[in-house]
Amino acid sequence: MSVNGRTYERDVEPRMLLVDFLRQDLDLTGTHAGCEHGVCGACTVLVNGRSLRSCLMFAVQANGASVETIEGLANADGSLSILQECFHDHHGLQCGFCTPGMLMTLTEHLRENATPDEQELRVVLTGNLCRCTGYQAIVEAGLDAARRMRAKKEAAE
Amino acid sequence: MSEKYFGASVKRKEDAALLRGKGKFVDDVKLPGMLHACFVRSSSAHAMIRGIDKSAALALPGVIAIITHDDLPEPMRSRRLPLYVPNPNMKQVFMPCVLADGETVFVGEALAIVVAESRYIAEDAAALVIVDYEDLPAIVDPRDAIADDAPLAQAGAKNNIVCNVPVRFGDTDAAFAKAKHVFRESFFMHRGGPFFMECRGVVGQWDASAEKLTMYASSQGSHRFKRTFVDLCDFDENQVQVITNDVGGGFGPKGSFYVEYAAVAAASMLVGRPVKWIEDRRENFVATQQERDQYWDMEVAADEYGKLLGLRGRLLHDGGAYVTWGLVLPWIAATSVIGPYVLPAYHLDLVVVMTNKITCSPVRGAGRPQGCFVMERMMDRIARELGLDRAEVRRRNFIQPAQMPYNIGLTFRDGKQAIYDSGDYPLSQQMALDHTNYPAFEERRKAALREGRYIGIGTANAVEGTGLGPYEGATIRLSTSGKIVLYTGATPQGQSHQTTLAQVAADHLGVSYEDIRVVTGDTNSIPFGMGTFASRTAVNAGSSVHLAGIEVATKIKKLAAELLEVSPDDLELKNGGVEVRGVPEMRKSFRELANISVGLYGFSMKGDRDPGLEATSYFKPEQSTYANSCHVAEVEVDIETGHVQVTRVLVNHDCGRVINPLIVNGQIVGGVAHGIGNALFEHLLFDENGQPLTTTLGDYLIPMATDVPNVDVIHTETPSPLNPIGVKGAGEGGTIAVIAAIISAVENALTPFDAKLTNMPIMPEQIVRIVNGTNKIAAE
Repeated sequence: MSVNGRTYERDVEPRMLLVDFLRQDLDLTGTHAGCEHGVCGACTVLVNGRSLRSCLMFAVQANGASVETIEGLANADGSLSILQECFHDHHGLQCGFCTPGMLMTLTEHLRENATPDEQELRVVLTGNLCRCTGYQAIVEAGLDAARRMRAKKEAAE
Repeated sequence: MSEKYFGASVKRKEDAALLRGKGKFVDDVKLPGMLHACFVRSSSAHAMIRGIDKSAALALPGVIAIITHDDLPEPMRSRRLPLYVPNPNMKQVFMPCVLADGETVFVGEALAIVVAESRYIAEDAAALVIVDYEDLPAIVDPRDAIADDAPLAQAGAKNNIVCNVPVRFGDTDAAFAKAKHVFRESFFMHRGGPFFMECRGVVGQWDASAEKLTMYASSQGSHRFKRTFVDLCDFDENQVQVITNDVGGGFGPKGSFYVEYAAVAAASMLVGRPVKWIEDRRENFVATQQERDQYWDMEVAADEYGKLLGLRGRLLHDGGAYVTWGLVLPWIAATSVIGPYVLPAYHLDLVVVMTNKITCSPVRGAGRPQGCFVMERMMDRIARELGLDRAEVRRRNFIQPAQMPYNIGLTFRDGKQAIYDSGDYPLSQQMALDHTNYPAFEERRKAALREGRYIGIGTANAVEGTGLGPYEGATIRLSTSGKIVLYTGATPQGQSHQTTLAQVAADHLGVSYEDIRVVTGDTNSIPFGMGTFASRTAVNAGSSVHLAGIEVATKIKKLAAELLEVSPDDLELKNGGVEVRGVPEMRKSFRELANISVGLYGFSMKGDRDPGLEATSYFKPEQSTYANSCHVAEVEVDIETGHVQVTRVLVNHDCGRVINPLIVNGQIVGGVAHGIGNALFEHLLFDENGQPLTTTLGDYLIPMATDVPNVDVIHTETPSPLNPIGVKGAGEGGTIAVIAAIISAVENALTPFDAKLTNMPIMPEQIVRIVNGTNKIAAE
């Protein structure tokens, strides 16, 4: 499979979860396992562009797929992406454990929805639990990221 | 010193790593040769263990060891976990063994630890371990525990009562005798558990050649964990190092030392390799401590104006199977009832019982929400009975600013008289009411009702004892590399200590907060620490940083003054060095000074210099400092489904001086979300045999993004006179009063149905029952 643009080939047990494969075999520990039953969303990654729970998917099911994780979000020069930057600016994370899932879910949504409103983002985020922030700063970060992405696009045009 | 960073909403130092997926959580630790553990847990709430058959499990390839109580190394085997919060009122104390010894007293108790090459294999093996139980009757409901013929929660107990002690002041009999009004209420309050997103976990590494134990732990205080290892194994202080890096939330129960941690250490000692155990979410629901249940039967006495004359009754607290937290939680609840109000007389019989459920631990708020709920519900009851506005009843009862410091007449959890040090409670409520246009709400409510919508408003006030002792420390060191490092035992779980403590230090040292490296939670970096709980870090660690910062700055100036041949008073710390004020070319860099300060090999030390430029301070508060808040909540209730939507929350919080508004407001908003869960969603259920029924995040609901409104946070700011930086705690203030405010708002919304709510959480089925239980037409 390809993870963040890099190709990996491994033999894995059929029952190995994707989240464990990423964390243990590939040492990509940015993806977190929070509940292992598909509710909390901390383990959310993008598989072929779609957000999925890596705790509900076997690694072998991702054979040949293109996987994106939090480690792949920053820009090529190492600087934070617009969404990451907005989380920083709005205090969108406290303990940081749910953050990988929040970032991946919002990354997917903002790619396809340039002008989200608050309620829309709240509904999108219902699949990701956070116990620290009360979500407010995460939603603000998502809205601000959409604004900055639009501004950047306009500037480029 | 000018204040550049103290008080500024600077962005967090923690974020750079966490946003890139480069955090260091305990499950990210990977050591050479590391094995993986899982636990065989009790499936019975109360039973004698007749035998544990490991043979089939041991035959599984990849299984290294299966350890039960008898296999533990001495002296751990013959010890129980130490009780660190003793209280003379406790009549009997039961503490857990590291692995159950013959009797198990709750579902989820650790019976054996399985060590294997992978977690997958360890779990396979655990399923093959056969435990022979002889079931005993289980005590599930604390109300059943106090009956004379109740079965015993612990085989060796006299009865199920841990404590039965009055908490009181004033003459309640006289107060009730003269009262114009007496109202009686029974309250049930359930506070669920922490449900941090990162479950618990430890990695243990025993180095037999050095006889040293290294533990990586997801904790709220690595020094407290270290102390338990020292006490359980008769180590000396230098044989144990506990390291807590990033922690995915704590909320109280990660401050407890659990038997699993000692079992992992024992496993590493016995197998000679590092061992990792990461709790899964099901274990988290059965084996991480919870706050759960309190029953309060109360009477309030009031005069004709609605002013309080007395409060009396009984608090029955479910302590769970072991009392590892002593009386801490119910004691805080009992003393938090008084809140911001003048109460002339109080008598509460505090009864704590053992049950066959996981041990009770403080969770964010730690009894304060329950105490607040009792008083605020009574305020609403008085208002209703006397036909007064709810906020007006509160206004009539407030302690006035001129009465500060105000001794409420009780001993608080810190062992000192509860003396409120500062606060302006009338102003706090007035500001909150003004911001929410409270007086206009009744018209809005009636207008909504005409459209068939049920909206309500509620308000609640709380005073919270924060900044508990005994101390927290900080060392600030100027390294010979010129870098400034700050070490503290205050271990964060998202509260941003690395940023806020650096802000406090930076102003003293003339550098940016970003230039200070903050090391938290490594027991090798500072000898003593207590950790993060009871909204105490800003008060204790913040003050220590402040004091250590002053001392280091003074030392730096003294050395530079000698070298530059000027008076220290003419110097200022600036841009990573010291310079003569107005003469920037007369300057010594931190690096140069630090190198001079450590001396030259073999040469005599100059003058009266001590080696190094560093200072350690342990701030020891003389008593708790009392923060306060006023919460206003608005809700809309769907009477068909019973769904409650919280539509607005405003918090007026007073934590004294605010070190970083961005971060403090984040704490308040997050705390509100936790309180919304307590008010409306979170309930841990058990069947009559003590089997937990809520063991997934699908059964036990914590608030989602759509359940939490945008929260408005404002501040009154009355600096605490009890510490040098004037701060009070802020970590729990968002949670405490919002529960009472929301439930008051729900009751207000259900006025047409004459709802009287005396419990938390309020679930949809209860609302539907209330709505269905009346024939009253929904119109006024």
